[in-house]
Amino acid sequence: MKYKIIKIFVLFLFITTKSYAVVSVDITRGNLDPLPTAISDFYLDSKLGENIKKLELEKKIPEMIKNNLSRSGLFFSLEKKSFIQKPEVAHNKPRFEDWAFIKAQVLVTGKISLEKEGKLRVEFKLWDVVSATELSALAFYTTPDNWRRVSHMISDKVYERLTGEKGYFDSRIIYVSETGPKVDKKKRLAVMDQDGYGVKYLTLGNELVLTPRFSPTNQYVTYMSYFKNMPRVYLLNIEKGTQELVGDFPGMTFAPRFSPDGKKIIMSFAQEGNSEIYSMDIKTRVVEKLTDHPSIDTSPSYSPDGSYICFNSDRSGFQQIYTMKSDGTNVKRISFGEGLYGTPVWSPRGDLIAFTKLYRNKFYIGVMRADGSGERLLTENFYQEAPSWAPNGRVLIFYRETASDKDGKGGGAKLWSIDLTGYNERLVNTPTDASDPSWSGLLSSK
Amino acid sequence: MLTNKLNKVVLILVTTLFLGACATQQAANTNGDDSYKGTETVKFLADGVPDRVFFATNKSELTTASQATLAKQATYLKANVALNVVLEGHADERGTREYNLALGERRAMAAKNYLISNGVAANRIKIISYGKEKPVNPASNVLAWSQNRRAVTVKTN
Repeated sequence: MKYKIIKIFVLFLFITTKSYAVVSVDITRGNLDPLPTAISDFYLDSKLGENIKKLELEKKIPEMIKNNLSRSGLFFSLEKKSFIQKPEVAHNKPRFEDWAFIKAQVLVTGKISLEKEGKLRVEFKLWDVVSATELSALAFYTTPDNWRRVSHMISDKVYERLTGEKGYFDSRIIYVSETGPKVDKKKRLAVMDQDGYGVKYLTLGNELVLTPRFSPTNQYVTYMSYFKNMPRVYLLNIEKGTQELVGDFPGMTFAPRFSPDGKKIIMSFAQEGNSEIYSMDIKTRVVEKLTDHPSIDTSPSYSPDGSYICFNSDRSGFQQIYTMKSDGTNVKRISFGEGLYGTPVWSPRGDLIAFTKLYRNKFYIGVMRADGSGERLLTENFYQEAPSWAPNGRVLIFYRETASDKDGKGGGAKLWSIDLTGYNERLVNTPTDASDPSWSGLLSSK
Repeated sequence: MLTNKLNKVVLILVTTLFLGACATQQAANTNGDDSYKGTETVKFLADGVPDRVFFATNKSELTTASQATLAKQATYLKANVALNVVLEGHADERGTREYNLALGERRAMAAKNYLISNGVAANRIKIISYGKEKPVNPASNVLAWSQNRRAVTVKTN
């Protein structure tokens, strides 16, 4: 049943997806038929000094591109030891028949040279082996220590050229790191590159912190903290390390998210047993109450153009998903399937809303159209929730918790990602247990 | 002969009792009251004054047992006027984090309102919700979840 639905969806998207190159990746099919891709070692200019040479960037950069593309599930990286041509030859003018012989359909090559003292020029070319043409070429100028970001940016260019969609590799993920026993977990904000590299902890773990979310410029994070045992929403500037309380509410504020223009924070405020949704303008501090109902209203998320808000309410008696205009009018229930629905998040493309569903004691991550039609469940498990979209709206990250035994042992939360098609489910490695992931926007587009 | 017959009767009786118990259990579940009725995890504010009340899944209504507990707490608090309390509202792990924060707040408020209606001054009671963040029983089973859906009255001075 599930597969039938996916097939119909695949067909629909396939027709509407533009194909730019002779070789292109059908992004709607996930890992069913990944594109055979050869990523050659880069060619290192012999004039580079020993201190650069020993970094082995000519191997590390292509390796990272390979990891990114493989993890997307859309590309299949061919074994490097089957490559015949030297990186220099391949980069200047590949003999396409050699690459066709090992069944490569596309080829990525590159060259690293010295731009000026302390600065590198990293050039890559993307080749269509089937039609023997160069698809794109681009050079980045960077300091050697910034090679990871360059690798991610090249990965994004390759992805974009072959799928016709923006990539998501040059991005970060903020999450909550969890350690300690289940009855007394230590929770810290942590941020890392999208591939799990470079984990940095932003709080010490002295107080409980929950649900961090990036601002559209990726400079700010809004999250909930039990600082001084007062559960409130905070705004953190991750570049400067400064933080402030959001608003002056006489009770618990929670479930914060930025508006797409980054000017407002939308959140819930609980008072006298009733949670309502409020927005606050960060600069003017003007607060607006958007819902007015004796039920629980929470988990708000703006549409990408800022004109609508989806949210979670139990006004029908059970948790369901609703939409309203961003001024609070036109409230409409959109989830009508069996079970409970929570944590709606609007896709950056605007067409879909991802959610958590609880049905017959199992938890699902799913998507539906903004009018509630076309519900598709992507993954089922004992416990999982809180999907967050990759900047291109193709991949979701969420957290999954395993059951603990009768002594409370063995359970734990981990981050997982899944393609919009329901394929390519992957564990996202983190040094500790992890929950509440939130994907940043593309760093390079800002 | 006779013992054989007797045995049969006993067997039938036992079966009926067993089925009867099942039916009661089912009825309880369809009513939605799966709140914890035992005494494990319960502490006491004073002799005979339990510190917590339990809730059914997704509910914040007080059961008859909860009302009895809160009435005892109210009597105790009225007799000890210098005491202030915070009511901590909690949820089980079978719900989304943000909804559970709201649910915990609603549960704490339900308990607070009951204390107020029994004569405790509102300014003596604060509330806080921990959602599903502070389970008292870390197991992932029905018993643990029922013990975790609770509102706990904690003395603050």
